[in-house]
Amino acid sequence: MLLRAGDAAVLLAGTGLVVALTLYAWGGVQGDTAVIRAAGRVIETTSLAHARLFSVNGPLGTTQIEIQPGRARIARDPSPRQLCVKQGWLTQSGQAALCLPNQVSLEIRGRTSAYDTLGY
Amino acid sequence: MPVSDADRRIARLAALAIGLTLAEAALPSPVPGVKPGLANIVILLVLLQHGWRTAAWVSGLRVLAGGLLLGSLFAPGFWLSCAGALVSLTVLALARHLPSRHFGPVSLSVLAAFGHIGGQLALVGVWLLPGAALIKLLPIFAAAALVFGTVNGVIVTRMLAAPAPAGRQSAPCTLP
Repeated sequence: MLLRAGDAAVLLAGTGLVVALTLYAWGGVQGDTAVIRAAGRVIETTSLAHARLFSVNGPLGTTQIEIQPGRARIARDPSPRQLCVKQGWLTQSGQAALCLPNQVSLEIRGRTSAYDTLGY
Repeated sequence: MPVSDADRRIARLAALAIGLTLAEAALPSPVPGVKPGLANIVILLVLLQHGWRTAAWVSGLRVLAGGLLLGSLFAPGFWLSCAGALVSLTVLALARHLPSRHFGPVSLSVLAAFGHIGGQLALVGVWLLPGAALIKLLPIFAAAALVFGTVNGVIVTRMLAAPAPAGRQSAPCTLP
């Protein structure tokens, strides 16, 4: 017989170890705070615990930022190419959506930051 | 000191393991350090047929002679090999007491493979690359250990199940 009961258990435990290591090493850190900036200045730092809506005014108009438990996104923006809106929901620490024409940015932060600093 | 039959057996088995080590060194690998560990097939067969002491001798000779032949004697790669073999043998020393009714060669092979990579990575982490850089590679190495450990274990199981070839000259050995 090729595999005995214990072998199956060892293989299962090994697979579990690999999965755990993968999650530990490659999984991002879940973010818990959203930082909203307009024209480079932080105008709001809020927790990702409750659903909220923010409206931020920039040179082109109003950018709407939607916060839901555990995630945040740019819901609406007057930028012509809508790049930050297309990024969708941000969940991991270190992720950011930038609406450059309207000078608004949304950044997710967690307990540990994936990067010390990001330059755009 | 006279050369005993046991010595000859160790030498012959070590030669097999060294041959596999050399053949393996010629294989290209996508990630440095990820290797099938074919020599472990020999170590495992030796462990199951001749006991742990013989397996330890074969493993040690393989590491030493492999280092000599590959030109890596006392280079970092050699020490990594040492650390891997050492931890792997320690794991096997414990794992061979598992009840063989439930735990076959596949278990031993997988555990030894994890021991091997664990020992190597521990040495790398302490000595060569202290810091967090190693963490990102852990899943790759662990997955390789799981896959190659399983494959080697299945090979050992099949070799043990195969009928021994007739016309043997020396001690029983199912190795080809």
